[in-house]
Amino acid sequence: MPGVEQAGSNYAQPSEDGQFGEFGGRYVAETLTHALDELAQLYVQAKQDPQFQQELHDDLKYYVGRPTPLYFAERLTKELGGAKVYLKREDLNHTGAHKICNTIGQALLAKRMGKPRVIAETGAGQHGVATATVAARLGLTCDVYMGAEDVERQSLNVYRMKLLGANVIPVESGSRTLKDALNEAMRDWVTNVDDTHYIIGTVAGPHPFPMLVRDFAAVIGQEARAQILELEGRLPNVAVACVGGGSNAMGLFHAFIDDVDVDLVGVEAAGRGLDTGEHAAPLNDGKVGVLHGNRTYLMADEDGQIKATHSISAGLDYPGVGPEHSYLKDIGRATYAAATDEETMAAFRLLNRTEGILAALESSHAIAWVAANAPSMQAEDIIVVNLSGRGDKDINTIAKLDNIQLT
Amino acid sequence: MTRIKTYFDDNPERTALISFVTAGDPTLEHTVPALHALVAGGVDILELGVPFSDPEAEGPAIQASSERALANGVTLHMVLDMVRDFRRDNTHTPVVLMGYLNSILAMPDFAAQAQQAGIDGLIMVNLPPESAADIQADLAAHDIDLIFLIAPTTTDERAQLILQRASGFAYYVSLKGITGADHLRTDDVATRLNTLRQYSQLPLCVGFGIKDAATAARVAEVADGVVVGSALVQQLAAHEGSVEQAAAALQSAAQDLRQGVDQAT
Repeated sequence: MPGVEQAGSNYAQPSEDGQFGEFGGRYVAETLTHALDELAQLYVQAKQDPQFQQELHDDLKYYVGRPTPLYFAERLTKELGGAKVYLKREDLNHTGAHKICNTIGQALLAKRMGKPRVIAETGAGQHGVATATVAARLGLTCDVYMGAEDVERQSLNVYRMKLLGANVIPVESGSRTLKDALNEAMRDWVTNVDDTHYIIGTVAGPHPFPMLVRDFAAVIGQEARAQILELEGRLPNVAVACVGGGSNAMGLFHAFIDDVDVDLVGVEAAGRGLDTGEHAAPLNDGKVGVLHGNRTYLMADEDGQIKATHSISAGLDYPGVGPEHSYLKDIGRATYAAATDEETMAAFRLLNRTEGILAALESSHAIAWVAANAPSMQAEDIIVVNLSGRGDKDINTIAKLDNIQLT
Repeated sequence: MTRIKTYFDDNPERTALISFVTAGDPTLEHTVPALHALVAGGVDILELGVPFSDPEAEGPAIQASSERALANGVTLHMVLDMVRDFRRDNTHTPVVLMGYLNSILAMPDFAAQAQQAGIDGLIMVNLPPESAADIQADLAAHDIDLIFLIAPTTTDERAQLILQRASGFAYYVSLKGITGADHLRTDDVATRLNTLRQYSQLPLCVGFGIKDAATAARVAEVADGVVVGSALVQQLAAHEGSVEQAAAALQSAAQDLRQGVDQAT
């Protein structure tokens, strides 16, 4: 069968200087250039070092709990009445989301560089928790920057990070959300670059971050590809994932890029609707620009100022997107849809009701695409959807929508 | 030839005092009088900040100034208009815009418009020379210098490349950190500038963390130019209610800094 051999071997992005076509690159303050060069070099060495790979593999297996299952969602499939739906259960990772695959990898790099301190930015708090977790395990000092507004919205994760020994620093500048937390983390890194590694939480930022975060997340697609071949004897018709910065989507897509018969679909946050402007969907309704160290699609006004975004899910509430997604969109290898808050909530409830799985609101965007598209597909068609995280963290948000006061 | 080169050619013995304020901060009306006051106080080169929503390399003072300016509705077009206005009474002082790449990308004919407005140089905090070729050629065609930054962490090898590509002057970032930080070590700066001078005749100006006349004097011992930003921006913020008082405060602050710079030899 064509395409069943190991995929990804013909796809060689980014270039040595971190370009995905016209996207990506390294647009940073000069002070950081040297640290980024060092990190890129060290990563190339680590990637080829069997000992590093073994350590990473063991951590993913024994600490994180991989491989995660690829689960046939039978009742969901029946209810939708079309394509067979498989869920890649990233919600079953330690700490409850795919984010830990990246933080494990980067913390091992920090250790290899001899840097005793790590910093991170976080929106919903999942990446912050995943960073605090690996920092605790490796005995690293950990500071997490979080927009002051998100600190208020996500008090549960803030407390989790504190329990893990991390210091959570509320960011009061700008819009007091994820993008501002990223700015503040960059400022910290510029100042403390000698002893600090910055664990970026998504496939964005300056080179080599989009590449190495993708590589650490790529285990998702590698497993899913092997699992669907084992279960169905063939590749899926569609691989679908939500896209904020886009790490879980790149993680799923990467192993399938050479499999040109597999449609890759990213689902952005359409918020209150793409036509309202109140969304976080730069690939659907943005333009090319430069933010946080890379060239990519962004939500910006006519003067180049970054716009405020809106999404029901804090993890997708970001005005940019990883540069590799911009590239995959422009070359036509992936397509990018969007799901509104309302469609997402309906999908969240649908999955709860049919499968007993409480998905994160981020991941529920991907389920919303499935709910809209599976019914018009054939019964023999297969969709693999990345269930990137579990939804416990969103209970307060959802209860509020239902006008229920939790104590 | 840009006004920047003319200035340095005409003043080989003088250490340049370079000021930074953000355009449109604290009000739109403050900026042009502030620029004139700075020149009257002894500033040689004016840096004018183009406010950006996500100023990654700035400390709290300049972040706040950027936010105030954006709240006032400042756009890049308005910044260029302010420079046009300034040029009606001053045709000789070099004006350098400083900001972030996304602002410039949003104006496709920026180089032509900036030249027409009377801009002499551009500092893009997040544009390293490797990625600057297209923009630099466009700017050069319009007599605008693209001024690159060199940091304490920049390797000597890379510094040589930057100096080869730079025009106008090179901006040495005096410390690992953000603007307005307070851990400047002038000995380290002196050592590094001596090394850089072996590679290039280009004037070397130093900024980040220079807050007062005393620090300016120490840096002026070794630099061709001294950049002061956060301290001036704080003066503007303190005189939000009065354009005249703000201008007077800036002129006085510039005079102090000028004295400091001139003490050095």
